[in-house]
Amino acid sequence: MTTLQRQEVNPIGHLTAEDIESIGRELDAIRDEVLAVRGERDAAYIRKVIKVQRRLEIGSRAVLLFSLFPPAWIVGTAGLSVAKILENMEIGHNILHGQYDFMRDPKIHSTTWEWDHVTPADQWKHSHNEIHHKYTNVVGKDNDLGYGIMRVDENQRWQPFFLAQPLWNLINALFFEYGIAAYDLNLGRNLKSKKRRNDPEFKANVKAVGRKIRRQMLKDYIIHPALSGPSFLHTMAANFTANVVRNLWSHSVIMCGHFPNGVSTFERTSIKGETRGEWYLRQMLGSANISGSKLLHIMTGNLSHQIEHHLFPDLPASRYAEVAVKVRALFEKYDLPYVTGPLPVQVASAWAKVIRLSFPNRKPTKAADHTIPPRMPVAEPVPA
Amino acid sequence: MLSFARPSRLGQVPVTQTLRNGAWRVVELITTPVVPTDYLDVIAPLRNPNVLRARVEAVHRETANAVTLELRPGRGWRPHEPGQYVRLGVDVDGIRLWRSYSVSSAAGHPSGRINVTVNAVRDGLVSSYLLKHARRGMVVNLDLPAGDFVVPRQRPAKSLFVTAGSGITPVMGILRSLVHELSDVTVVHSARVSEDVVFGADLRTLAEQGKITLIERLTGADGRLKPADLDVLVPDLFERETWACGPGEMLDAMAEHWAEAEASERLHVERFRSTVLIAGEGGTVTFEKSGTVVETPGGVSILDAGEAAGQLMPSGCRMGICYSCVLPMREGIVRDMRDGTVTTAVEGDNVLVQTCISAAAGPCHLDA
Ligand code: FES
Repeated sequence: MTTLQRQEVNPIGHLTAEDIESIGRELDAIRDEVLAVRGERDAAYIRKVIKVQRRLEIGSRAVLLFSLFPPAWIVGTAGLSVAKILENMEIGHNILHGQYDFMRDPKIHSTTWEWDHVTPADQWKHSHNEIHHKYTNVVGKDNDLGYGIMRVDENQRWQPFFLAQPLWNLINALFFEYGIAAYDLNLGRNLKSKKRRNDPEFKANVKAVGRKIRRQMLKDYIIHPALSGPSFLHTMAANFTANVVRNLWSHSVIMCGHFPNGVSTFERTSIKGETRGEWYLRQMLGSANISGSKLLHIMTGNLSHQIEHHLFPDLPASRYAEVAVKVRALFEKYDLPYVTGPLPVQVASAWAKVIRLSFPNRKPTKAADHTIPPRMPVAEPVPA
Repeated sequence: MLSFARPSRLGQVPVTQTLRNGAWRVVELITTPVVPTDYLDVIAPLRNPNVLRARVEAVHRETANAVTLELRPGRGWRPHEPGQYVRLGVDVDGIRLWRSYSVSSAAGHPSGRINVTVNAVRDGLVSSYLLKHARRGMVVNLDLPAGDFVVPRQRPAKSLFVTAGSGITPVMGILRSLVHELSDVTVVHSARVSEDVVFGADLRTLAEQGKITLIERLTGADGRLKPADLDVLVPDLFERETWACGPGEMLDAMAEHWAEAEASERLHVERFRSTVLIAGEGGTVTFEKSGTVVETPGGVSILDAGEAAGQLMPSGCRMGICYSCVLPMREGIVRDMRDGTVTTAVEGDNVLVQTCISAAAGPCHLDA
């Protein structure tokens, strides 16, 4: 790398190329420590979360059969919302990252898992694991930055269209899973030209999403309500509410991951010939955490430890909390900004950015020094 | 006339069955994207017909180094034939490892129960785990019975069983099931010392009852059994249909001996595959479906090596984070180039390996 940054001060201006490589080595060592102890505890943990989630979902759906009665509606809807959040965040997201592949349990495996989401798992794995995690925060490569519909950077050209971006963002939040599906299909780009529209792979993907949407809709808005008999409409409303709650929640958590103030973005050219150390550094500067209780971490699928997740995407997420202590010490040692804050603050910060960037701005005056630290090998002894 | 017993439009399927299937389909819709059994698993793991499991009903200690597990297979089980083996999938420190064990109990237990006898082998992760931790109530994963180490329906007039060490396990299964159907049975069994003889008591009882002729060989005192010794011990050696199970060298020597006597078709052997693979640097990678074979040094990923040889490889990030490059390794040994972790697979394991960060550490067979 490492130009970046759209930051007023270059956060890595003080690092030498050797520093960056030793950061890489130290992070590898942290990873090895987790690998050495990964095992039974992690397997038991994910099995337990799955068990709790399955029970909660079944229980809530059973209660909702009587959702004509307001207390049942409230309890069932709350339960189903939590169940859906757990399913997507702590279970689906993490299993699809291959975090539990080490168990060799074909049932709990990134190649077989399917989730309660309109995007089929394999499409999501491509756009998320492969593209987003490899090109984290590289403008133009990583579309997670604004999902291709928002202006996310002062240097991006302003267009009147962006005035409405707070509204787009709100709509996207409410129907987030559909937004993700469209995004994973790369709809914006693929619909533009006839050639792309007719591409067989694209067509097959659209079909797969269509099939998944149909089944998801059928389940939440027809079958489950129908089983509830006289509670039909109430159950339907409960399912809708649970889906919206889950969408709002995951959207908020995900916005906090790369959007809040203090997070760096990178230029396309900055990743040419990137070393492992440089890749690590980009993950460190391009992600932000959410601080909070253990419950919050579980409900965010431990994406509250976004920094640790981006450094080690395939380590079991429940290990991130212990890893975070060491990672944070490393940030301090190398004097790097570890962006973190409570959920409301981070969400507000991300929204403030969305709103701020919906308006035109002058070219940032205090542009950062974009010089790249000299590349290895440079270790000439400095004469005293 | 209307009759409720009339087969439905679906042909042979009775109405109740159709109704049940219909109801099941509704349940499937509500549990989408997973299947109902994924929920059922939470309460009743043995009832899942797609994932065969077994519950350990009892654990009997055989010798200091061997235990017998009494297993009750769940739904989807198919009874075994005497002499066959089953594969058990056991989670050792959170990782599911599969090993084959011969069924040692008599076939045809009314509840479908089977026994397997586990001998602790050196460096054997699974066997030592089972020896220490197997308890009543434990659930293990199971595969359908397999193997052709069986006695044909047309029972032979004279039979011979040659076993060494834990090689007695499948033979014990055969004897317990069929000894009354076999007329002239000789068993030659060798073990290091008398206390090491698994099922020693059972074998001696059968001998006392006159059902078998038992020849025990203690290798600690008398040395290894050589095939030539058999000529002396069993005078009508090549007239007998012979089943042998034991260490590879013994079986190889026997195969040679029987071939020399032009009696190969009378010898049936069962090999216990050794699971000990030694990690080296690089190796020959074979892509089984395409037939591509490539020689790779230790520092080159299987992904790169495969592509260089013209093999079509799935790939993504090429740096170990996206898991889109995984391929099943049927057998072999690889090393993670980032941290040096070694992963091995024996036939039937199909361990998924990330080809972009794995280098061959010995011969590897990939299912691609
Ligand atoms: S290509 Fe991404 S993990 Fe191998």
